[in-house]
Amino acid sequence: MSESDKSMHSGLLAVEGVWWKAIPKQEKLWITIAFIWCLILFAMMPLWHMRGGQNPSGIRAKVTPAEYVERVERFVEDYKVGEDNGFPVVEPPAGAHIYLLARMWQWYPVLKLKKNTKYILHLSSADINHGFSLFPLNLNFQVVPGYDYGLKVEPNQSGDFRIICNEFCGIGHHTMVGKVIVID
Amino acid sequence: MIQTLQAKFRTCSVTGLKVNRDSELLIKANAVIAVVCLLVGALAAFGLVLTRWQAIHLLPADWFYRFLTLHGLNMLIFFIIFFEMAVLYFAGPVLLNSRQPAPKIAWASFGLMVIGMLLVNTMVLTGNADVLFTSYPPLRAHPVYYLGIILFAVGALVVTGLFFASLVVAKREKSYSGSIPLVSFGALTAAIIAAITLVHGAMTYIPTFLWSLGYMELDPQVYRLLFWALGHSSQQINVAAMVALWYFLGAVTVGGVVLNEKVSRTAFILYILFISMASAHHLLVDPGFGPAWKVWNTSYAMYLAVLASMVHGFTVPGGIEMGLRLRGYTQGFFGWLRKAPWGDPGFSGLMLSLVIFGFLGGITGVTIGTEQINIIVHNTMRLPGHFHATVAGGTALSFMAATYYILPLIFQKRVSFWPLAKIQPYLFGGGITTMAMAMIYMGIFGVPRRLWDTSFSNAPFSVEFHPVVWVTQTIFGIGGLLAATGALVFVIIAVATVFFGKPLTPESIAKSASGIPQGILKLPPQIYSGSEVQNVHERGAKGTVILVFIFLGCFVLYYFVNWKILSFVWKVG
Repeated sequence: MSESDKSMHSGLLAVEGVWWKAIPKQEKLWITIAFIWCLILFAMMPLWHMRGGQNPSGIRAKVTPAEYVERVERFVEDYKVGEDNGFPVVEPPAGAHIYLLARMWQWYPVLKLKKNTKYILHLSSADINHGFSLFPLNLNFQVVPGYDYGLKVEPNQSGDFRIICNEFCGIGHHTMVGKVIVID
Repeated sequence: MIQTLQAKFRTCSVTGLKVNRDSELLIKANAVIAVVCLLVGALAAFGLVLTRWQAIHLLPADWFYRFLTLHGLNMLIFFIIFFEMAVLYFAGPVLLNSRQPAPKIAWASFGLMVIGMLLVNTMVLTGNADVLFTSYPPLRAHPVYYLGIILFAVGALVVTGLFFASLVVAKREKSYSGSIPLVSFGALTAAIIAAITLVHGAMTYIPTFLWSLGYMELDPQVYRLLFWALGHSSQQINVAAMVALWYFLGAVTVGGVVLNEKVSRTAFILYILFISMASAHHLLVDPGFGPAWKVWNTSYAMYLAVLASMVHGFTVPGGIEMGLRLRGYTQGFFGWLRKAPWGDPGFSGLMLSLVIFGFLGGITGVTIGTEQINIIVHNTMRLPGHFHATVAGGTALSFMAATYYILPLIFQKRVSFWPLAKIQPYLFGGGITTMAMAMIYMGIFGVPRRLWDTSFSNAPFSVEFHPVVWVTQTIFGIGGLLAATGALVFVIIAVATVFFGKPLTPESIAKSASGIPQGILKLPPQIYSGSEVQNVHERGAKGTVILVFIFLGCFVLYYFVNWKILSFVWKVG
């Protein structure tokens, strides 16, 4: 490349003199549009907090695994209505706090909920990290030992749902499936 | 004195750069180890694909999770960071015509990294670290596993320090004048992000090492925060290094130019300032953080790092287009693309890397990293679908493309199996694209990542996936096998060239062209000069303008479709 072509050079060469030059108009246009798009991307999240129905905020608190297991046992005792495959089936009243336990390798207990009813679903673990994935809705939350994640939920359809563990939790990970029944 | 100096340098017969022997050997050693790690990762990939493809289901559960740990560490950490060390030795002393500062320390840190890598891989293969790439406590590995990662990280941190030192040495000894080249500036960006990342690595693994020995307690949520400041930020080193290589490859393959130094350099600075916040991408549906923290961090403070990538997404192809227009390819909007050297693996690798990273990896990444949309994505197959497009289809492919130029320029060898090399980027890029799209599709149906048995046959309650999932699994399997084969072909070409390749001399170049990329052999001359250059520039890169608006259209569509899907699920909050 000849010396006269200084205005156009490759990224391999050191730059002489002042390179802080005006931005050509095509780049300027693209940068402006890209920046506006970035602001839209950003604005969507607070907007959904105000107007949307799905947010991962929840009630967040610390809890020791032993305390949480105790709460779950109390919850099961209070509202147990039957058994399914060796798991207690629990039917809490509308608006109740639900305590669901993740442990290697089961979701405990089986939940029986009513359609269009509000509950507060608490998630925590007795041992290591697990992943709450409500199937086939594809609603996913991280379950961390030592932390209580209380999410307000409102089922909008009835049916037979599964809870799949989607965080690796050891050799039995692929057997960790729970059940949620939603009735009309 | 002059004689000893001469003995330390050779002048590159192609680029005219003064290459010092110390840096050259360090580049070779790091590149070779990088390829060995790639081989381990690719072999593990075969096992993983053939197991998750439920119709074949090859490995038993324990070996599947072991292979998954091995694959993640060797691909995401060892292959990529060893290669990035080579890039730093190249973009520092070599591009700046300078000497290698403290070569003995450089070799010591290389040794430290190799020892760390060997310790980690030994622990994984002996079943002492079935904790996957993330090793979330209280899941526990053997203490030597954490020690290995610490040694590796310390070695890498010293190399980034040496890169900074090489900039000081080159400046003080006046081996270049003016400002450092853009490619070196990009490497500097990568090195700064690497330093930030590796400090987080120390903050993560030193307490974890002590915890594994029973000396202290560890909070699982704090670990997740610090781990991702390492785990995600290390992928941002890749982004910066990859973009630097895009500029490098654009220049050497077709004579690409820099449209505007201010724009490209400012975009790199945006990476440094904002990209480390992306640790939050992994914590959007975690119990430990509030919505304000999540929104601010996941968006890199109003998406300023995304803005940087969108800027490079214009200036890299724009610079290539402009370079080709200056060389006479001025026909229409896309004459420069049609006439481009698609048979040069350096060029095809660059372009595929650019398209796969932008269209597939970038769009999905920003969308799934949105606080609320993450609810329908977290830990599903959409995640590995996204990051195979960015890290494998983007970063790894750009490293492969660069290797086709490093082999002749640094190793001074003809690339072996040249006809195979010409199709390798298409094989790997095509395989990754097919596989990543199939994974994204499966994830939309709720198929989890990191799972040995998609049929859940031993679970207390049955899980029936939509039948389309099984079709998608076959496509995933075929794409995955193609990609792993593509990586294996690359390893074979690289190893054959380094150890058995024909040497490249100025005399032999004239005789035969096989194994020499077009950019080295016959870069078309620039036909415009003087004021005409300015005229071509003013007419602009109009083909690129069309391409970026197609990109934006895809982005907007995919983004809002995901909000729509989210609005259908249960109310949660």
